[in-house]
Amino acid sequence: MQTSAVFTHRRLPWLLLAPQLAVTIIFFVWPAIEAVYQSFLREDAFGLSRQFVGLENFTALFEDTRYLHVAGNTLVFSLGVTAVSMSLALLLAVLANGVIRGAGFYKLLLVWPYAVAPALAGIIWLFMFHPTIGPVAQLIDSLGGHWNHQTNGTQAMILVILAASWKQISYNFLFFLAGLQAIPRSLLEAAAIDGAGPFKRFKDIVFPLLSPTSFFLLVVNIVYAFFDTFGTIHTMTRGGPGDSTRILVYKVYEDSFIGLNLGSSAAQSVILLLVVSGLTVIQFRYIERRVQY
Amino acid sequence: MVENRRALDLIAHLIIWIGIALVVFPLWLTFVASTLSPQEFFSSSLPLLPGGHFLENYRNVLFDSSDATLGVSVMKMLGNSLVMALGIAIGKIIISLLAAYAIVFFRFRGRMLAFWTIFITLMLPVEVRILPTYQVVADLDLLDSYTGLILPLIASATATFLLRQFFMTVPSELVEAARVDGAGPIRFLVDILLPLSRTNLAALFVIMFIYGWNQYLWPLITTTDESMATVVTSVQRMLAVGDTDVRWEEVLPATVLAMLPPVLVVILMQRLFVKGLIETEK
Repeated sequence: MQTSAVFTHRRLPWLLLAPQLAVTIIFFVWPAIEAVYQSFLREDAFGLSRQFVGLENFTALFEDTRYLHVAGNTLVFSLGVTAVSMSLALLLAVLANGVIRGAGFYKLLLVWPYAVAPALAGIIWLFMFHPTIGPVAQLIDSLGGHWNHQTNGTQAMILVILAASWKQISYNFLFFLAGLQAIPRSLLEAAAIDGAGPFKRFKDIVFPLLSPTSFFLLVVNIVYAFFDTFGTIHTMTRGGPGDSTRILVYKVYEDSFIGLNLGSSAAQSVILLLVVSGLTVIQFRYIERRVQY
Repeated sequence: MVENRRALDLIAHLIIWIGIALVVFPLWLTFVASTLSPQEFFSSSLPLLPGGHFLENYRNVLFDSSDATLGVSVMKMLGNSLVMALGIAIGKIIISLLAAYAIVFFRFRGRMLAFWTIFITLMLPVEVRILPTYQVVADLDLLDSYTGLILPLIASATATFLLRQFFMTVPSELVEAARVDGAGPIRFLVDILLPLSRTNLAALFVIMFIYGWNQYLWPLITTTDESMATVVTSVQRMLAVGDTDVRWEEVLPATVLAMLPPVLVVILMQRLFVKGLIETEK
């Protein structure tokens, strides 16, 4: 961050930074410290007594089969969302990049779901698959299947994965398209002249050159599935049936605002905080490397 | 490419159209269903073309404050969402602009510390510190207020980084020239830097507006007064009444209305949107 010509005032820069730093400290840093502090305490629901318990809140979580089950759900859910949305987006981006006419129009038709809130995407898919009135559920039933995500946990998981992926295809599509357009055309032409067909070109040239984009999207999609899909779960299943679609962020919310289990919810927050910090570090490491080469 | 394979090109177009159909069809179905009367709705199969109750259904949810909409018209909710989205977008841009300006154009002790403090916000999404942040806002007496909806969400590492990246490309001759002409730092910011950043600011605005409009968890926990409810959160409340009582002829039009503003922003400002999206992630 070197610009050689700079101003040398002492107080002015702090004055300029003050609003951003104030919001960051009051609403981000302080609550995070508070969460870490509370995660070492046991407090009754009325806040009458608190007691330092060390790592007990954490060990209790890791011994809790329900928490481990929810962690497993989160893994299945985020891998599902990442796999579905990235593979469809890659397919569409490769095809849209290859066609000569209509690429701009296709792009417009494919990008707008990005703007749909995860909660609203949930409502749309909930309606389509509603066991009594949903048109898609009716279609499945008329073909001899039986759709009821309100009682069938596997179907519920499939449904929330579909709703969360649908919205994310646009995002992945745009980044894959940008990555594809950055691949030098001469490289592909040279390979074509050497007799490599479209599929071989994709496998040996395009896919390896896209790997930085793919890796970046992998991290972003996992973060999205872990944290931004709260609205999808909350509108569609509220974690049910049973615990089958309960994911970690949803459990933190429940334990904080409904269960009022303060020590445990703080410990869960801290675990999620470590997850998101780890993912952010990975993402930035990679970006630094990309800038270098 | 070098070879001209018409069949392959045709297949490509075909698969893209299937993809587009998969992406667009859910919304089309929702829109069609939102124009039906309750009777048509429960009849055996859903038509593929809109029904005749478009005006009636949309007028009902927009202006009537029925029980199903929790005693508040969707118009009022859209207004609340607009205030929140604009507040978040403009707030983020202003404080990030000032912060990035300080970090790039000034040398002072603690500069890196300030930079890393802002960076940390990336690691602390609201979802991982829900309860303590709620407590802070409650202690400041900001529940059920626009300030409470907006202020805690306007810190932005991404906006600060994007503007910092852009400011670093401003040639130092420009700063030099401004100084020789006697322009102080504020003058330089307002008269030179701001006009130069116009496109970047507009692209940021598009992204941040969508981000603000689509907030869900934060309004859900900080607003209990229905007249403060935002539209995205309220649609869920309309749905959470027990399966047989759901009034789909009100829920679906409200859903369509709730997603319309950000979708329109993306479609009408596609170029700025793509620029903002791709650059904020660098």
